[in-house]
Amino acid sequence: MRVEEKDRPKTEHPNDAIVRVQLAAICGSDLHPHHGMMPDTRIGHTFGHEFIGVVDEVGSSVRNLSVGDRVMVPFNIFCGTCWYCARGLYSNCHNVNPNATAVGGIYGYSHTTGGYDGGQAEFVRVPFADVGPSTIPDWMSDEDAVLLTDATATGYFGAQLGDIVEGDVVIVFGAGPVGLIAAKSAWLMGAGRVIVIDHLEHRLEKARTFAHAETYNFTEYGDIVLEMKKTTDWLGADVAIDAVGAEADGNFTQHVTSAKFKLQGGSPVALNWAIDSVRKGATISVMGAYGPLFSAVKFGDAMNKGLTIHTNRAPVKRQWPRLFEHVRNGYLKPSELVTHRIPLDDIAEGYHMFSAKLDGMIKPLVVPSAA
Amino acid sequence: MTYTPHKPPIAESPDELRKRIPGWGVDLDAKDRPSVPKLQFQEDFTGAHWEFPERQPEKYPRERSVEHGMLTPVFGIAQPPSGVAGAIRRYAYTYSEGRTAHWLLLIAADRVDAWEHHLKSFLTLRPDNPITETGVKAEFTHNGLSSRFGQNRADVKHQWLDPVIVGGPWIAAAGIVYSGARSVARSLSLVGSDGHRQVH
Repeated sequence: MRVEEKDRPKTEHPNDAIVRVQLAAICGSDLHPHHGMMPDTRIGHTFGHEFIGVVDEVGSSVRNLSVGDRVMVPFNIFCGTCWYCARGLYSNCHNVNPNATAVGGIYGYSHTTGGYDGGQAEFVRVPFADVGPSTIPDWMSDEDAVLLTDATATGYFGAQLGDIVEGDVVIVFGAGPVGLIAAKSAWLMGAGRVIVIDHLEHRLEKARTFAHAETYNFTEYGDIVLEMKKTTDWLGADVAIDAVGAEADGNFTQHVTSAKFKLQGGSPVALNWAIDSVRKGATISVMGAYGPLFSAVKFGDAMNKGLTIHTNRAPVKRQWPRLFEHVRNGYLKPSELVTHRIPLDDIAEGYHMFSAKLDGMIKPLVVPSAA
Repeated sequence: MTYTPHKPPIAESPDELRKRIPGWGVDLDAKDRPSVPKLQFQEDFTGAHWEFPERQPEKYPRERSVEHGMLTPVFGIAQPPSGVAGAIRRYAYTYSEGRTAHWLLLIAADRVDAWEHHLKSFLTLRPDNPITETGVKAEFTHNGLSSRFGQNRADVKHQWLDPVIVGGPWIAAAGIVYSGARSVARSLSLVGSDGHRQVH
């Protein structure tokens, strides 16, 4: 990974805008293409799907934005009117990704998601400028705004996928930014108990302070599934949320065969633990990202337990009106997750720190040199 | 108790939770959850003023999934396929997404792409540098050792593989180049000494 001088992007479609990036972030799922787990990641691709900035140019058919507007851009690229968008599934848009039908369009996330350069850059092409971006409210901080473009919306959406009802016991696997938001959101939806599982102490500490959750470090237990059964009086949880995805740790073989040797679409350790930790008839929410290849998921247990499995990438913009209220009311404070600000010129070190989980990093922001 | 009809009780009451956790229960009613119900028709089309968007000009034969009925009206053109990797990618797109061959060919093409660019970079004034481009310098500036050891982290068990996977191919390539150069040098020296003997 290195910083390159590239031509400023041009509008390729009448509804494109060019945005000058002011602040970006590295997402946990950026590590998948970085680690070669996302097929069709081409050399020269600019990563980054979490960014905010200023509109620098608009195409001839853009009506809703003007040059100079400060905008937050959802990680989904979407048209607004295809069969999926018309039904609110913006992350599944059928009009923006010729490379695959199994996933929508995403900035800076390989050609499998459409071949769009991303926002860890000074400028970025934003398709369907009338549909995706929103102007940033005056009262909102840049840090909150950039975290609403994916991590916050995804965590909140993940809790919704759990169909939580009052008093539910919710287990969140993964205490990264998305898992922490999912845990906090579970409370907003009326959970009676929220348990967060990870192996990194600094993240579990954040789960206790930011998300008010009970925490378990799975390395301290011989069998975390058994521990979950014990702590739920042998019933199992009502809801489990997989906020880890493809590079899950906790099983050497699963991790190495997927993250290192690409023999699976992802390491389903957290997903398998989720399946086994919930009660029969429970709901599993999966918004941790997996690659398109097969994975060794314990589907027999899921079937025999009568589980409902809800999945998707978050349709970000659909979450925003309600999330704006929660941020304004102080119920969610995404900026509290930011631990590092990385200059764009040091992006390689930033990725290494995030990947190797150095220095207590939870959420790194990327600051372009021109910002 | 699980073995009776009753659900195990929750330690805190709703009132206690509401006091302890800001915002507890504000989205208790599913009507307040923006993605519920699923597949709800969005009357406003989120700002779109078309039913089918204008088409982006196709400046090169854009590869696409055979599971699409047509080229989508908008698409990325970040890195058009090129070189050997590009040929593999175009071939991969002849298989549907349902075929494992599609994905394995794309993963293979990614590795070929990487080595094509490594080799090309050596013909430039800015050759690839596995030290700076892996960001490993951060190990020395951001607590590489103390972040890992004594922390009981699960990932430390496999992190020793990273330098092998990242650095291994470079070392192997350097070894191949070195042994190739040595063979060539040896052959040249043998030819030279043979020639010398012939003269005598």
